[in-house]
Amino acid sequence: MARRLPRKDAVIIGLGWTGSILAHELTQAGLDVVAIERGPWRDTASDFPISYAQDELRYRLQHQLFLQPAQTSVTFRNNAGQTALPARNWGAFMLGNGVGGGGLHWNAETFRFLPSDFVLRSHLTQRYGDKFLPEDMTIQDWGVTFADLEPHYDEFEYLCGTSGTAGNVNGQILEGGNPFEGPRSRPYPTPAQKQGYGHTLFAEAAKQLGYKPYPQPSGNLSQSYTNPLGVTLGQCTFCGFCEWFGCANNSKATPQTTILPVLLRKPNFEARTESEVTRINLDRSGKWATGVTYVTSSGEELEQPADLVLLCAFQLFNVQLLLLSGIGTPYDPQTGNGQIGRNFTHQTMSSAVAFFDKDKYNFNPFIASGAIGMCIDEFNGDNFDHSQLGFVGGGYIGQVRTNGRPLESMAVPSGTPAWGLKWKHALRDNYLSSMTLGGACHASFQSYRDVYLDLDPTYKDRFGRPLMRLTIDLHDNELKMSAFLTDKYAEILKQMGAKEVIKQPRKGPYDITDYQTSHLCGGAIMGESPDNSAINRYLQSWDVPNLFVQGATAFPQNAGYNPTGTVGALAFWSAKAIVLQYLKNPGPLVHA
Amino acid sequence: MHRINRRQLLPSSALALLMVSPAARATIIKGGLPWRPGSADPPTVVTPGGWHYFTSQEAATVEAFVDRLIPPDPQTPGGKDCGCAVFIDRQLAGPYGRAESMYMMGPFQPGTKQQGPQSPLTPAQQYRKALAALDAACRSKYGGKGFADLSDQQKDEVIEGLEHDAFKLDGFDGQSFFHTILTDTRNGFLADPIYGGNKDMAAWKMIGFPGTHYDYRDWIDRHNQTVTLPTVSIYSHPSWSQQ
Repeated sequence: MARRLPRKDAVIIGLGWTGSILAHELTQAGLDVVAIERGPWRDTASDFPISYAQDELRYRLQHQLFLQPAQTSVTFRNNAGQTALPARNWGAFMLGNGVGGGGLHWNAETFRFLPSDFVLRSHLTQRYGDKFLPEDMTIQDWGVTFADLEPHYDEFEYLCGTSGTAGNVNGQILEGGNPFEGPRSRPYPTPAQKQGYGHTLFAEAAKQLGYKPYPQPSGNLSQSYTNPLGVTLGQCTFCGFCEWFGCANNSKATPQTTILPVLLRKPNFEARTESEVTRINLDRSGKWATGVTYVTSSGEELEQPADLVLLCAFQLFNVQLLLLSGIGTPYDPQTGNGQIGRNFTHQTMSSAVAFFDKDKYNFNPFIASGAIGMCIDEFNGDNFDHSQLGFVGGGYIGQVRTNGRPLESMAVPSGTPAWGLKWKHALRDNYLSSMTLGGACHASFQSYRDVYLDLDPTYKDRFGRPLMRLTIDLHDNELKMSAFLTDKYAEILKQMGAKEVIKQPRKGPYDITDYQTSHLCGGAIMGESPDNSAINRYLQSWDVPNLFVQGATAFPQNAGYNPTGTVGALAFWSAKAIVLQYLKNPGPLVHA
Repeated sequence: MHRINRRQLLPSSALALLMVSPAARATIIKGGLPWRPGSADPPTVVTPGGWHYFTSQEAATVEAFVDRLIPPDPQTPGGKDCGCAVFIDRQLAGPYGRAESMYMMGPFQPGTKQQGPQSPLTPAQQYRKALAALDAACRSKYGGKGFADLSDQQKDEVIEGLEHDAFKLDGFDGQSFFHTILTDTRNGFLADPIYGGNKDMAAWKMIGFPGTHYDYRDWIDRHNQTVTLPTVSIYSHPSWSQQ
């Protein structure tokens, strides 16, 4: 029997980006808030100090800052005809664990989505007609617009100190930025980062081909910056150990470097770490949350009553907790009914490896930051005419190589044996003069009727709870798009002077062992009506109005950008609605 | 060696332990950042000498194997002298070898390639089984000689056979073992020397990776120039006294 703790105004499940933002906003409004986090406290001095943060084996290959599959995993299958099997090790995506969540180990690419991304179905059907989209594609409008979110994108960028070059300020197109971006109310808080040789060469080649390259918006800061909370970040030193690693420099925007130093000093906030929420409790009506039950690492079960529940875990675990708590109706792929688990998406990644003459090119690939790089947006979203292409969607294309870490930088030209002296010498002769990376084409992933999440019937976690089951495969739309984008990227590499380019478009079937990104989305999406969404435009559950579900869980489909900027903007947008509307009159903010 | 977990240490003013049981690690953080001196979690550095997991026969096989995967040349030592077998031995003797981080709950059943490996055996158990099967297969084909005693040409024949699934092992998927030992050997060759391979940073020097510097601000604008900084590893910066 769980021991019952004193009531709090609000309980937050998971202390990553969204949990930290919500905790800050709600404590500012005077609420007494507790955050319950599955993983440990993590910080620079103890977990990734400058003396050993740059350990590729430990952090990149052995995932020491992440959730361990032994704690909990997922099962996976390509289609409902297969038996899902557990991921025994991580592959296609990485799941954060501990204070900071994914915000600790990310590369800090801080994008905004395009205005058309938020009204995707209306936009595409208006431009291309009713019959253009595949019948089983279940994309929809978000219920929120770019204009709604712009002030909150701004808030997140100024919290982080994002380094970038604006392309559109209040409708005025500016040289050097991304001319396709939605209008922003003011420039980035800090100028773009400097670029390495490869990134610069890519931008020059892209310009020669008529594109408008822009620096990738970066949460690795170009200069030191003090944010509106009074927290100061340092200047990025291009160490080349960013994603999968903690920043030893305090120069990557994370909850630790932007919010937590202020939040943790507030008398009306506390964090409980190494404590895992096992369910959200409901009253007898089933329509009101009474708090959460959680288990500490010593095995004690506790109940935390609260008036307001903020579900701020990683996307998969948000959906899992909704299903385990009996909130909403599980999605049924046969009938299309039910909202929990529906419209699960990932990211469609592809690349090409390029080899250059080693006597003329030395890219020094190890000089890099997590979000360094030059990109083009000509083939993102609906920035280009799809009418003759046979697919919708797109992505940014960029030279965004983040590192020269040796274990991840073993590309050799085609025809090289996998071992022996020839391999060894090919490695020696190409390390400095090749261009490799996973994410050159970072593209959208539309939602489909047969791609979804539910609870696995066989495999359990260490508490005996069912694992999440992922049923996911790549559809023709994404495969065609990926081939198209990869061709465009390869053309730019050739223009740069590459002597060999090996294209690597995304191929099916979806493979759980092959790292893509950690951008899993959907499963409890936002929308205009409970008939086609789990949460309303303020991220409030349609079923349980004192529950708000944060994060990329809300995305009806995934756009051609990294999601964190949008996740941060949605958190601020939702927090504002809670503080200004909900707290005055607790109940549904949108009437169905 | 058993290291005291830093989260079992005494609380500071900013960090109060939940007193629910002596083993409790769950913490309440309130009133400030919970930083305490001496709470860092440095890597475990491999110490030389002896085998921690392999038997001497297994070690001989692995040393012979890694030296064919990455042979020596006049400029750079091969897999054996770089310590790749020591690296694999220490990895198998540690948490990786015991599959400590992996999801190891059953049922175990074969799946598709896309679903990933589903073996109930730990990496250490897999090596033990595969190495025994490899030696047995070599003895039966090469007149009683184990892998380590074959000529270089014969060793390459066997490795090629494993790679292309032509040289079969009894009770073990030889091709999958080839991929495992190839990956582990490359990792030993190129990982930080604190893990037992990449002796004297030989592999980093060979490819031109200057190691674990943390600041390239002086170099970001120097496009297409050779970085002249000395090669350093986590515990080998000239100004550090560790090791």
